[in-house]
Amino acid sequence: MAATRGELGDKLSNLSLFADLSAAELESVAHIVDERRFAEGERILRQGLSGSGFYVILAGEAIIRVDGKEYGRLGRGDFFGEISALLGDPPVADIVAARELHCAIIPGPALEQFMVGHPQVMFRMLQSEARKLRTATRWRS
Amino acid sequence: MVVVGSGPGGLQLSYALRYFGVPHAVISADPAPGGMFRRWPFFQRLLSWTKPFAPFERGTRFYERYDWNSLIPDDDQHRAIQPRLMDGTSYFPSRAEMEQNIATFARETGIRVRYGCRWTGTARDGEGFRLRTSAGEYRARVVVFAFGLAEPWKPEIPGIEHVPHYADTRAPETYAGKRVFIIGKETSAFELANGFLPWARQIVLASPRPTQLSVVTNSLVGVRARYVQPYEDHILGGGVVIMNASIDEVARTGSGFRVRTTRSDGGGTLVFETEDVIATTGFQPPLGDLPELGVVSSGREKIPSQTPLFESISVPHLYFAGTATRGAPGLKKNGIPSSSGAVHGHRYNARILARHIARTYFGIDPARPTLKRDEVLGYLLSELSRAPELWHQKSYLARSLLWDSARGIIDDGIVPLQLFVDGDGPDGVAVAVEANPKAEIYPAVYVRKNNVVTEHLLPTNPLLDFETAEHRSQLTSVLAPLP
Ligand SMILES: Cc1cc2nc3c(=O)[nH]c(=O)nc-3n(C[C@H](O)[C@H](O)[C@H](O)COP(=O)(O)OP(=O)(O)OC[C@H]3O[C@@H](n4cnc5c(N)ncnc54)[C@H](O)[C@@H]3O)c2cc1C
Repeated sequence: MAATRGELGDKLSNLSLFADLSAAELESVAHIVDERRFAEGERILRQGLSGSGFYVILAGEAIIRVDGKEYGRLGRGDFFGEISALLGDPPVADIVAARELHCAIIPGPALEQFMVGHPQVMFRMLQSEARKLRTATRWRS
Repeated sequence: MVVVGSGPGGLQLSYALRYFGVPHAVISADPAPGGMFRRWPFFQRLLSWTKPFAPFERGTRFYERYDWNSLIPDDDQHRAIQPRLMDGTSYFPSRAEMEQNIATFARETGIRVRYGCRWTGTARDGEGFRLRTSAGEYRARVVVFAFGLAEPWKPEIPGIEHVPHYADTRAPETYAGKRVFIIGKETSAFELANGFLPWARQIVLASPRPTQLSVVTNSLVGVRARYVQPYEDHILGGGVVIMNASIDEVARTGSGFRVRTTRSDGGGTLVFETEDVIATTGFQPPLGDLPELGVVSSGREKIPSQTPLFESISVPHLYFAGTATRGAPGLKKNGIPSSSGAVHGHRYNARILARHIARTYFGIDPARPTLKRDEVLGYLLSELSRAPELWHQKSYLARSLLWDSARGIIDDGIVPLQLFVDGDGPDGVAVAVEANPKAEIYPAVYVRKNNVVTEHLLPTNPLLDFETAEHRSQLTSVLAPLP
C-alpha cells in the first residue's frame, strides 16, 4: 500500500522523544524530517567526518564503534548524532547498522531551529542526555 | 541483462553499457524516447538550464557543468546536443526542446529500445530474474529499473478522490477567472501557481510545511528561483495566498469544492470555497510487484533504498537508474542532497553503474590510466575546479586515485564518495566539491591511509578558482602521507 504521511507520524508518536506532541504537531514534524533505510553494515555516522545529522531510530539496531571497537548498541527510539550537530564538531564514533536500520533524520544545520520550534522534544532530549551523564558519572565514581 | 525505461535515465545507462561492451536489452512502455519529458513539465519549460555560451567550449567535457540537460557521451561528436536545439529565448529549454534533445541523442548514438513493451511482473529465477512483459518474458541475470518517479501520489485526506492531481491539470485557459486551491507547496505546486498567474482569479497554496526557497536554503532544496514569482505576489498581497495548514477535508459543492484546513500555527480552522482544487502532493516510482519481491523503500515517495552503487539494499542484482537513484542518498553532508533527482545528476550515476555492471557481471574491466606522482597535485586541482561530475554531484561523486603496489598511482575514475570513505582498499585520495548552508563552495579531500580515512576541507574562493597558490600548498601537505 502507498505510504501516507500518517505512517511516519504514527511511528514517531510511539517514540518517547516525540511523546508530548499533538497529532497536528506530529504531522508537521513528519513533513520536516527525512527518512532513510540503511543496509546491514552501512555506516551512518562517521568518526572524524564533518557535516552529519541527528538520527532517531525507527526500527532496527545500530552499533557504536570507536577506532573499530564496539562500545554499545542502539535500538528503536534511541537517537544519535546530537552531540556533533549541536557542537558543530565531527562525530567521535562510527555508528553502523547492525541489521537493516530505519531512521528519521534532521540535518545538522536544521537541528537548532527544529529544537527551538519543538521545546517538548528538546526537553525530552535533555532528559535523555541527563540520564547518559548520570550513568557516565556513576561509572567514574 | 534488461533495462526498463526510455527516459534520460534508461537511455544514458544503455549508452554507457554499450560503451563498455555489455550486451543488454532496453524495454519501454512508451512509443518513443524522452520519458516524462514527453509530457512534463506541465507549463512546457524546464527548471534545469543549458547555457549556450559558457566559459568552456561547447562539446568538451568541462562544458557539461553549464549544460544540465544534454546526455553525456564518451566521444566529442555527440556532446552538447541541447544547446544546438535552443532558440535563444531562454536558458531553460522548453519541454519540446528537451524531448528533442533526448531523442536526438538516442538516434545519433544508435540506442536501441523495444518500445511499446510494458513490464508487468517480476519473479526470481535462480540468481536472476524473469520479467513478464506485454511482449513476452525476459530472463535476466541483472535488471535495472529506470522507470522514473512519475506516478501521481495523493495523501489520505477525506474527499481527496475528487481532487485532480498535477498529472490531471487542464489547459491553462480553462482556469480563467477561477479560484484555484493548490494542495502542496513544493516545486510542482509553484510551477502550477506560476503558470496560473495570468489566468486564475485567486490562487491558494497550502500544506503543513513552511515554504522553503532554494535561494534561502542555498541548495536544490526548496522552490527553485524559476518559480518564486507567486511567492512575491503573496508577500505583496497581490492575490496569491500561501498558507501553512493541514488539509482536513475536501468536499464537492454545486459549483466546485469546499476545503477545510487547520492552520499549523494554532490559528484554528479556515474554510475555502473554490472552483478548482489540484493536488500537487508528489509522485512515486511505478514499483509494480517489486515490494512483493522484497524491495524495500523509504519515505513518503517510496523510493527503493539503495547501496552507493544503486543496488536494492534488500534484493541483490536488482539496480536502479535515472531519477530513482535518489534512493542512494550518499553522505548528504550538511543536509544537502545529491542532484540525482534531475538529469544533470543522474546522468553521471548511470556511467558509474554501467562500469560496475561491466566489471561485476561481465568480467569487463575498463582500462584505468596511471599518473606520475608529480602530476597528482595539478590533476586534482584541475578536477576540483572544473570536473562536471564533482560540480553537479557535490559531496556525492569524487575523483579517486589509488596507490597500487604493482602499477603505481591509478586513476580510479569518478566514484561515489560514500564508497571511497566507507570502503577498505589501497591507500589513496578522493576529491569532491562540497557546499555548506552559508552558500560556500569548497574542495574537500579524503585521504585513505592504512584503511583510515581523514577529511580535509580546503578554503573557498570568490571566483571558485581552486588552483590558487593557497590551494596548491594546502593540498601538498594533505597529500604528504602518500608516497
Ligand atoms: C513535473 C516534473 C518536472 C520535472 N522537471 C525537471 C526538469 O526541468 N529538469 C530535470 O532535470 N528534471 C526534472 N524532473 C525530474 C525528472 O523526473 C528526471 O530528471 C528525469 O526525467 C527522470 O528520468 P528517468 O529516465 O529516471 O524517468 P522518466 O523520464 O520518468 O522515464 C521513465 C521510463 O520508464 C518507462 N516505464 C515506467 N514503467 C514502465 C513499465 N511498467 N514497463 C515499461 N516501461 C516503463 C516509461 O515509459 C519511461 O520511458 C521533473 C520531474 C517532474 C515530476
